[in-house]
Amino acid sequence: MNQQLTDSAPASTGSATEAPAPAPDGRAGGATSGRRPLVLLIGGIALVVVLAILPLLAIEIPGVLPGPTYTPGTLQLLAYAMLIAALALSYRMMFGLAGLLSFGHALFFAAGAYGLGMALEYFAPVEWQSELIFLASIVVTLIFGIVLAATVGSLALRVTGISFAMVTLAFAQAGSVLIRRNPGGATGGDEGLSLDIANVPDALVGVLNTRNLYWLSLGILVFVYLVVLWVERSRAGHVAEATRENELRVRVLGIRPYQVKFLIFIVASTLAAIAGMGYLLLQSGASPRVATADFTLTILVIVVLGGVGYRWGAIVGGIVYTLLDQRLTALAGSDFIAGLPAVLRVPLSEPLFILGTLFILVVLFLPGGIAGIPQRIRTGRKQHPVESEEAADA
Amino acid sequence: MSTVLLLVITGLGLGALYFLVASGLSLIYGLMGVLNFAHGSFLTIAAFIGWEVGRRVSDGTWWGLLVSALVGMIVGAVVAAATEYFLIRRLYERHIEQALITVGLALATVALFEGIWGTDPIYTARPEWLTQTTEILGAKIPNDRFLLIVCAALVLGGIVLFLRKTRYGLIIRAGVENRSMVTALGIDVRRSFTLVFAIGGAAAGLGGVLASVYYGYVSAHLGSVLLIFAFIVTVIGGLGSLTGAAIASVLVAVLQQFANFYLGGTGDLVVVIALAAVLLVRPRGLMGKVA
Repeated sequence: MNQQLTDSAPASTGSATEAPAPAPDGRAGGATSGRRPLVLLIGGIALVVVLAILPLLAIEIPGVLPGPTYTPGTLQLLAYAMLIAALALSYRMMFGLAGLLSFGHALFFAAGAYGLGMALEYFAPVEWQSELIFLASIVVTLIFGIVLAATVGSLALRVTGISFAMVTLAFAQAGSVLIRRNPGGATGGDEGLSLDIANVPDALVGVLNTRNLYWLSLGILVFVYLVVLWVERSRAGHVAEATRENELRVRVLGIRPYQVKFLIFIVASTLAAIAGMGYLLLQSGASPRVATADFTLTILVIVVLGGVGYRWGAIVGGIVYTLLDQRLTALAGSDFIAGLPAVLRVPLSEPLFILGTLFILVVLFLPGGIAGIPQRIRTGRKQHPVESEEAADA
Repeated sequence: MSTVLLLVITGLGLGALYFLVASGLSLIYGLMGVLNFAHGSFLTIAAFIGWEVGRRVSDGTWWGLLVSALVGMIVGAVVAAATEYFLIRRLYERHIEQALITVGLALATVALFEGIWGTDPIYTARPEWLTQTTEILGAKIPNDRFLLIVCAALVLGGIVLFLRKTRYGLIIRAGVENRSMVTALGIDVRRSFTLVFAIGGAAAGLGGVLASVYYGYVSAHLGSVLLIFAFIVTVIGGLGSLTGAAIASVLVAVLQQFANFYLGGTGDLVVVIALAAVLLVRPRGLMGKVA
């Protein structure tokens, strides 16, 4: 019976559930061991504090960071990594929590980045105070993001599984085409959109103020984390999780999964738009690359690399991926690589080749992702979690 | 009139290309439930190696093109079969992970191709006749479109014959219909998985060589461009249905050509809207089986 059910519900939802099984004790369910949540909370706060004072310190990690932590270059990289982590976190909420495999998440990130950029340009001639204009632009972009998410979500959620993935892909592709086509000169086409700094607060402009942007990015990451945590712990989160595991059972219990999935879709998409706004400010511009299907795939890779079953997996994945991507590019241009024979030089000088290979290896041999490593070491479990579960079921 | 004819025939040519990619995708999804993101890479590697061999044998002649096509098909089949055997098979029945593996493979291989052959398109030499046009009812139609249409028709006929007339074809059709039943009858469906991958890879390989004729160049991104449209075609046609894929590829390509001409280059957008519309009205696609 069980076998038949998973078979008839093709791919996606059915087996997303079988993906890295969330470790019950590593997560929120620590109620039985009362001290764990407290330790985690203090650890989390301490981590955020350390990250927050990083720009005031001069820590050098050769090979990982391009320079000491107070330099703008390093702060820029770290801030970018944190924004990507925030985006990955929002994607994980959809894919990992609700089991919605979307290929269109980049659309909302791009909506945030391009939306804010275009709103700032549109409001530029208005005779208001520049702070007011900045705030108004953010609000308008947020509303735009929510409306877009509601539109796409209400259409895409009418279908499930692979079809859902394809509808989201279609919308994202349409968005990507629109951005590249540059209607009315609004998006800058292939060149990308550059930030109109006239109404952006001075504290967020310029290389010297990179540390402010760094703090902004950290703030966005923390905010996204808290929202995701809140949603996951809420009733809606539990229903979403239950729907991922077995939609039929949820329906039988008299709950409509559609509304919950819709809610999760909107929240995740809006969070992506917020991360997108941070991206625009940090990079002082947006490139059309962030709207492509490839970008969504990158986010998917990040989430899986970090570990789908763990919230902090998405954060670890985002940071590791961004740092790897950046450092591998630096490595590719180094003398060491240039001196190698062609057989080794060509693959090693392509960061994406190494990342892709790494990703395949993680999927094959490390189903819990990076975040799953401690759990694997603790239990010493060699085989895939799914196998043991199925064996227990049978 | 001549414009309409031109658009229809060029649309058919483009549709032929889509079909060569989509046929494999559709068969693979139908039988195994794997959404194969690496299919574009099969196409690209076949196009590159076909071109490398073809130009060494005889550059810009029919003989060279034939060699390219044969080499491309063999390369596509071998690479696809190897992918199934070494990567996909290890994750039997875990569809999401299987799709993820192919995503990783696509990312890695495109980067590798860029490393080997560079990021810029490499322009290829073609037989003289293919660069000319033929006039039909006042419409000047590029000759390479005819080649594409003929090849795709041959592939469609070949695959249909294979599926209908051979024992392996029977197993594959039965497997698409109900895999558990076939397994229960004591037939090892998994062996036909490799076969389906090889067939899809060969079709994609031929598609790769023909795409280099159609576009006039080979590049590392040849496959990824076609793959998105092939996905759309596969879904519109109904996942797992070969005839659906054939019909949908023609519909999509012709629609795209008309929209590009009459609606100011909005072909891509129209196709995407068509996909959304089809999925919302008929989620299983034109010819898909009831999920």
